[in-house]
Amino acid sequence: MTGYYITGYCIIRNNEASVNGKPVFSAHGKNTREFFTDLYKFLDSDYPKFHKMDNLCKLGFLSSELILKKNGVRTIFSGSDTGVILANSSSSLDTDRMHQVTIINRAAYFPSPAVFVYTLPNIVIGEICIRNKITGEGSFFIQEKLNPVFLTDYIRCLLDCEIINRCIAGWLQVDGDDCDAMMCLIEKTDKPISGFVNFEPSVIRDIYNLRI
Amino acid sequence: MTDVFIVSDNIITSLGFSTGENASNMTAGITGIRLISDESLSPDPFYVSLVDTDRLRGTFSQILDPEEFTRFEQMAILSIKAAVAATKIDFSGERTLFILSTTKGNIDLLGKNTGKNDPGLYLWHTAKRLGDFFRFRINPLVISNACTSGLQAVITGSRLIRAGYYDNVVINGTDIISEFVVSGFSSFKSLSTGPCRPFDSTRDGLSLGEGSGTIILTNNKGASKQTFRIRVGMGFSGNDANHISGPSRTGEGLFLVTDRVMKNSPSMPDFISAHGTGTLYNDEMEAIALTRAGLQNIPVNSFKGYWGHTLGAAGVIELAMCVHSMNNNVLFPTKGFREPGLENKLNVIDRVIKTEVNACLKTASGFGGCNSALYLFKT
Repeated sequence: MTGYYITGYCIIRNNEASVNGKPVFSAHGKNTREFFTDLYKFLDSDYPKFHKMDNLCKLGFLSSELILKKNGVRTIFSGSDTGVILANSSSSLDTDRMHQVTIINRAAYFPSPAVFVYTLPNIVIGEICIRNKITGEGSFFIQEKLNPVFLTDYIRCLLDCEIINRCIAGWLQVDGDDCDAMMCLIEKTDKPISGFVNFEPSVIRDIYNLRI
Repeated sequence: MTDVFIVSDNIITSLGFSTGENASNMTAGITGIRLISDESLSPDPFYVSLVDTDRLRGTFSQILDPEEFTRFEQMAILSIKAAVAATKIDFSGERTLFILSTTKGNIDLLGKNTGKNDPGLYLWHTAKRLGDFFRFRINPLVISNACTSGLQAVITGSRLIRAGYYDNVVINGTDIISEFVVSGFSSFKSLSTGPCRPFDSTRDGLSLGEGSGTIILTNNKGASKQTFRIRVGMGFSGNDANHISGPSRTGEGLFLVTDRVMKNSPSMPDFISAHGTGTLYNDEMEAIALTRAGLQNIPVNSFKGYWGHTLGAAGVIELAMCVHSMNNNVLFPTKGFREPGLENKLNVIDRVIKTEVNACLKTASGFGGCNSALYLFKT
């Protein structure tokens, strides 16, 4: 019977990263930016655009690399049947503050397109799509906290209507020192393999609450 | 499949505080885009469409104290209130969802030193304040997908109704003009040197605008028993997977979504309400995508020449004007368009046309490579 399964998931928080419940990397004593750079090097992604990204995009990029790489090889899900549905509570406020600094007084007025472009939360969807050549559905929702019921309902709706066949979904929060990511790969399959996890709100909640 | 109807709408822009007032001014050929000099918004004069502040405060003070609400909230509340009041539907129960579509919310607060973590900066908090004011029971949803936010909010709302989660969805799209946004677009050198000229040979950029739009969707399974005419068809979003700030040279994402929408729609649209910002690359990208989708001969317009690019509100405001076009069987010209300026020719509407309008395709594209398209038709 065809079902929806979480075929991979990751958590990034407290300067640690885990994949499918197993810790894979940590770098304590570093700030968020340094930690992201270290994790990028650890993943051996060879994607120079990474260094131009703001922290929200870096967090999303790293999360997607974690769930799409299996045994060091990145699974390719290019095309329009993959969706990217993300959420957080602070939108792009972390980078909004950086742009605000550049316009705060006329004596030092230097707004930059390289910063301003990241003052939209959905840019991270674009970065993940460019990296993986994904052209499918994308939406960024802003909610007070992770809402597993809504995310599950909406993604099920997309899968049920065959708008997409798989979805990269997650919670990506960067607000100053508050950095918190959970990302899942949800796939429609008729051959459940042991170890696959049911796509249910309670499972999303459990994954999010995992201790690394 | 459950039918989804658009049952009510409102538009607040520089051209008026209702959809009808906006349409009257458009029919008269008026644009709300003006050259303004305001040091608090930009060091240099620039062309912009602003909602009249005195009228906003005056109208708002008839219901509430303007000191208690931000400019963003005042516009959103007035718009939602007008749209809600025009229906007989009861929105108080758990079968109604409120969706706020915005790119930046109360971003002007960031420059007002109201504190690093002013809750007003958080979009979910802004949506909750609006939702609480109207006593919507369910926690609101915020969609922030750059310039496709508004259209994507309507697509999302219609999907949630079809899937049976809600009977009614109230969608508000609002964005305000702030120094934050003006400085950013200015740094991109995307602002026009006069009122924007979508699809025109002399187009040289976009004009920013502010405003609020509301669209109310229902499956009409509630107690209202009204007859509705405008049905929401299929809508999809898709990504260019090409560049985060530049339009795709092949129009890939927009082609994919319009093609998919048309393959799932009963007939060709009578017109297309395009994104049409007036930048060189956006308008050409749209022409390429629409041509690839075989839609190059369908009459097409852009509303941006009337009230500018209203960012996260644009999809809602412009879709409300599409509904007006359908209900009144009138097509509006593309303000600012004089002579064709696209390598891929489009059938740009250049005068008011009275004609039967039974179906419409609305598209939007934005930063992050996002694109959305939605089909509306009459029952």
